[in-house]
Amino acid sequence: MKQDFQNGLKDGVPIALGYFSVSFSFGILALGGGLTVFQAAVTSFTNMTSAGQFAGLQIIVAGGTLLEMAATQFIINLRYALMSLSLSQKLSEAVTLRQRFVIAFANTDEIFAAAMGHGKELTFPYMAGLQILPILGWTAGSAVGAAAGNILPAAVNNALNVALYGMFIAVVIPAAKKARPVLLTAVLAALLSCLIYYLPACSGISAGMSIIVCTVAASAAGAVLFPVKDEGGSEG
Amino acid sequence: MIYLYIAIMAVVTYLIRVLPLTVFRKKIENRYIRSFLYYVPYTCLTAMTFPAILYATGSRLSALAGVAVAVVLAFCNRSLVTVAAFACLAVFVAEQMI
Repeated sequence: MKQDFQNGLKDGVPIALGYFSVSFSFGILALGGGLTVFQAAVTSFTNMTSAGQFAGLQIIVAGGTLLEMAATQFIINLRYALMSLSLSQKLSEAVTLRQRFVIAFANTDEIFAAAMGHGKELTFPYMAGLQILPILGWTAGSAVGAAAGNILPAAVNNALNVALYGMFIAVVIPAAKKARPVLLTAVLAALLSCLIYYLPACSGISAGMSIIVCTVAASAAGAVLFPVKDEGGSEG
Repeated sequence: MIYLYIAIMAVVTYLIRVLPLTVFRKKIENRYIRSFLYYVPYTCLTAMTFPAILYATGSRLSALAGVAVAVVLAFCNRSLVTVAAFACLAVFVAEQMI
């Protein structure tokens, strides 16, 4: 029991460190978007997503509607439903319903990957231990990033603005290198996004709407043209 | 108002995570839905990055420097943090030269 919790904590350390640096750049962007240090930290603590929070921030900055916010979060974060489903099947019988409500809170890409890589049956103490440090790292990183954004010179802030985009590129390109369909769907998404951005006829489409349209259209094209094989769909 | 936005983000995200762990515990069998969800992270991240990254810095040129460095390092399978750090560095250096 206690051993499980400690194993979880240990597996969470590298995730927490990575999260701190990613959410540091989220904090800087959030500050630039008009959020306070506290709001940036609350966003990170309650959401525990990178892409979702980033898109959400764009909608807040653009003054989008609440419906647009809900729809964007739904589409972008829908993949977590898949991860929760897989996780659900690997949890130990002893995990109660109430504990499942807790485990769901921080079922992020990285925590899911660590849980799936854990050879043994997943107990509640292990999952709690695994999640606690990444939650702290993610929240603290945003607060520190937003606070630092106040002090740092503009040239440094400009440079740090690309940090999160750099990480997005670092997620997509290795996957695109391995699988041609990922490359093609990603390129399609980029093309659509540029079209919507530059075409005067599309100037009425908001940032959040554009993310939804590009994500859904390119993913649907990928699903029809290159459906994944049996278990391939659980990766990513 | 900002807290309302944050609350909606948090609730939608939590529901997506919690329902499959508690209520709907059946596997998704449909191959097309699974494929769609498989592509979502990549298409969504790419759509958010382009063309927005070009306007994230002080100038188009410094942004392009950041993109170039990120793409090359990502292609060489460097870690997320390494790619991000060097992209920032490239932007910083480019802006000093302009």
